[in-house]
Amino acid sequence: MGKIWRVSGPLVIADDMKGSQVYEVVEIGEEGLVGEIVGLEGDRAIIQAHEDTLGLEIGEVVIGTGRILSVELGPGLVGSIYDGLQKSLLALGEDIGPFIKRGVKASALPRDKKWQFIPEVRIGDAVSQGDIIGIVPETNLIEHKIMVPAGIKGTIKEIRKGDYTVEEPVAWVEHDGEVKELTMMQRWPVRKPRPYKQRLDPSGLLTTGMRILDYMFPLALGGKASIPGGFGTGKTVALQQLARWAQTHLNIYVGCGERGNEMADVLYSFRQLKDPNTGRLLQEKEIFLANTSNMPVVAREASIFVGITMAEYFRDMGYDILLVADSTSRWAEAMREMSGRLEEMPGEEGFPSYMGSRLSSFYERAGMVECVGNPERKGSVTVAGAVSPPGADFSEPVTQNTLRIIDALYSLDVSLANKRHFPAISWLTSYSLYVDAVKDWWNERDPGWENTRASALRVLQQEAELEEIVRLVGPEALPESDKLLLLIARMIREDFLQQSAYHEVDTYCVPAKAGLMLKTIMKFYELAQEMLNSGVGIESIRSSPVVYRISRMKDIPNENFEQSVGELWSEMEQIMVNPKH
Amino acid sequence: MDLSSLYVKEGRAISRAKGSLLVAESIPGIKFNEIVDVQLGNGEVKGGQAIDISKEATIVQVFGGVSEVDLARTKIRYKGETLKLPVSVDILGRIFNGMGEPIDGGPRVVAEDYLDINGEPINPTLRQPPAEFIETGISAIDGLNALVRGQKLPIFSGSGLPHNRIVAQIIRQATVKGREERFAIVFAALGISYDDASFFMRNLERTGALERAVAFINTASDPVIERISTPRLALTAAEYLAWKQDMHVLVILTDMTNYCEALRELSSMREEIPSRRGYPGYMYTDLATMYERAGRISQKKGSVTIMPILTMPDDDITHPIPDLTGYITEGQIVLSRNLERKGIYPPIDVFLSLSRMIKEGIGPGKTREDHNNVFMQSYAAYAEGCYLREISTIIGAEALGERDKTYLTNADEFEKKFIAQGEREKRTIEDTLDIAWELFSALPEEDLKLIKEEFIKKYLPKYRG
Repeated sequence: MGKIWRVSGPLVIADDMKGSQVYEVVEIGEEGLVGEIVGLEGDRAIIQAHEDTLGLEIGEVVIGTGRILSVELGPGLVGSIYDGLQKSLLALGEDIGPFIKRGVKASALPRDKKWQFIPEVRIGDAVSQGDIIGIVPETNLIEHKIMVPAGIKGTIKEIRKGDYTVEEPVAWVEHDGEVKELTMMQRWPVRKPRPYKQRLDPSGLLTTGMRILDYMFPLALGGKASIPGGFGTGKTVALQQLARWAQTHLNIYVGCGERGNEMADVLYSFRQLKDPNTGRLLQEKEIFLANTSNMPVVAREASIFVGITMAEYFRDMGYDILLVADSTSRWAEAMREMSGRLEEMPGEEGFPSYMGSRLSSFYERAGMVECVGNPERKGSVTVAGAVSPPGADFSEPVTQNTLRIIDALYSLDVSLANKRHFPAISWLTSYSLYVDAVKDWWNERDPGWENTRASALRVLQQEAELEEIVRLVGPEALPESDKLLLLIARMIREDFLQQSAYHEVDTYCVPAKAGLMLKTIMKFYELAQEMLNSGVGIESIRSSPVVYRISRMKDIPNENFEQSVGELWSEMEQIMVNPKH
Repeated sequence: MDLSSLYVKEGRAISRAKGSLLVAESIPGIKFNEIVDVQLGNGEVKGGQAIDISKEATIVQVFGGVSEVDLARTKIRYKGETLKLPVSVDILGRIFNGMGEPIDGGPRVVAEDYLDINGEPINPTLRQPPAEFIETGISAIDGLNALVRGQKLPIFSGSGLPHNRIVAQIIRQATVKGREERFAIVFAALGISYDDASFFMRNLERTGALERAVAFINTASDPVIERISTPRLALTAAEYLAWKQDMHVLVILTDMTNYCEALRELSSMREEIPSRRGYPGYMYTDLATMYERAGRISQKKGSVTIMPILTMPDDDITHPIPDLTGYITEGQIVLSRNLERKGIYPPIDVFLSLSRMIKEGIGPGKTREDHNNVFMQSYAAYAEGCYLREISTIIGAEALGERDKTYLTNADEFEKKFIAQGEREKRTIEDTLDIAWELFSALPEEDLKLIKEEFIKKYLPKYRG
């Protein structure tokens, strides 16, 4: 048992800490604040406190727990809401009311709840790490697979079907005459990536229901994306949309150093909204981590790693997981604060020089893998992290370090946001290196995808160039063909890229609908060019009723879309080929 | 503070005094971050804070600097506890300084409780998403950037802009539709001039709001360190009134720029590694721990709504102070020098302004069914007009087509009729929306793409008859 020797902000130094290890979790002071040892000097331990150190006093006790910062994994995770250290906030709310006091404890998995365990292996079967020994129907959407924890192998001596808590043994494994009990719960240290058999390339589209992502800048399963943007550009809404509608098995939402009201809103909406494919409540496939900006700084780092470890655990069951982190900048700031307290040599803008490698150690845990254990299965973790660059200046260190790691960039543009163009993802500066990875996926469903996408992006690029001329000579001075191009670009922007997160239909757009929408606009372009050539003026094209119909395409429900748009096409061809009618 | 004079302990043996820091030998029982008294040899007492404690040394930051400190005779008097605010309903109508001591000549507050001024984080699972529309009577806010109960919505202003008048107007007019409830105003003056502080106090007095108000005053000439505790005291008072007394509390913090300057001053004296423009790296967290105290809690009747005012240095919205604030708050009301020059009051820049909570606060049953559509369409039309205005400065308005000219005029009308209003003019939300419809009637009807057809038929003046 050690004693506090020094306190300076989140930095606590304790002496008499012989026998401790680096990254061991400790409890500080009478209130038992959670801290983590980040360094040892003789019998003195340097500790970062994950809770507010206000009011600590020299000589208060520090107790080592003997374990590394780790998470509890097992049935009960799905639908839970945790703080950065995996304390259940729902349990805390019930126990101590609306305010979070320091040092309070709440276990991550409920200890009294009984889960139905259905064995998948039989007595006498040989099992080793990662093998699925049974399943628990955790929610209607997630079948929780119980896997053999690391370091255990042997033959199943006994396995029990029935209802058990996470602490009760459900199977016994014998190896070299020694019998080990298996429960449904295991632990894993958060900073250590969970193992896999083989790493695979990201492939297949992660359907998000957002047109600009799915069609223009696709994200592949197992990919890594970043969403940088100044304040008010809609980072949080974009991430919430991802967490809501992404067609994965499970989504993990990490609110890292962000707003409490927003978190409340997320939690509230997930209790109401339904998954478009299954019709079940979204919270049946979601885990939340809420470490709001007024909660202790150091726990922001923990929250990111707690989140990714849970993601890997579900990946190992053979699931596709999406983890969104809002915002990684707040975590980087926490690193900077701690680094300053430790009197380390600062790098750029005071951030520690190891920030880049820390960020990589998080993003690199994304990926598609062949999982350890039997039966053979593939799983993936896709990561999307928000970055909040000061002054919306993307040259700052966190954005730049992130860009080195990720393969899809959704850059949010302040001027688009000011015009209330949402999602304010810039089509000129965003990119996705997963176009090839999702090519097969799209080609199976929409053979013209690559071409349509490319020609739409070309129109937008040309618009940007024309825009500069318009500023000098005015829109009226342009040739007719350029005026048409501007009209089409505007239609692509307003009628396709703009998407309302709050409209009951438009909030989730299936890829098939997105494809047809853009094709309709490009078809209109084609017909309009013919009209121009045959001498029809741009004004009558612009005022065509078809333009209005196209602008309302968004509101047509996914189910009836194909039929409605078919009618639109025949109308379009009739009116436009023979404008006299 | 009054309660603890009985428990005061003393430490001596000061080995170093420099800038604002005193290094003393280890003091048993002193708490990290506690506020202490530094008693000089001549009997004068200064405030200080224990910012680093260890078995080797205690570092105390002395408010107002270490001038006249002598190492031999100076004593550090401490209580072994952190700053607390005595609270009871009697704080209503009272004025305090930045240490929570009354300065209105009245007696000390008989405390019902002593609250830690740092508060405790609200469990996000028990927060209730803010959704009650506050009608401020100002169109640019109600119509386009609606404020809701439990929100934190700052005003980003510039020096010389009429932020004080706008806030005074909000205080005078703000109501929640169809409700008469207990409400209170907590006002914190942070390093502002005496004149500005007294402007607010007079205003509160004149509207009869003073008896429902609590003020914490730290003017420009008061100690800088108390500027750090002033907003926390104000928020602690607000929380007490909201969560214990079921009141709807509006907290006005002005001017947060002075607060951030104070934070920078103290940080640099502590020799901390600076982040952008010399502000400490933890400024985001520091501001967040205050602003996050806004909110609603399920099962509780009250609410805390925070409206901080800050002046953007050189009108620069990317300056660290507005920038970090914008990342924490739920939107911002930005004032524009351009509109001010055109003589428009309130000069609210509706593009840079934003309310993140507007979607939750408006719509049928809250304001009016067409509000959301009107809001979107107004933005689109005004954006178009402003874009054309920009082009026309180069090519001249004559070179624009007919449709474009309509939008150009519409933007001017929008500023004159919708944004501009009287300082004593209180518009209901219906008035505000009707003005918007009036402006829409000048536009081609088929351009009203963002409005549902049924609303067009119902509200466009030409169908209304």
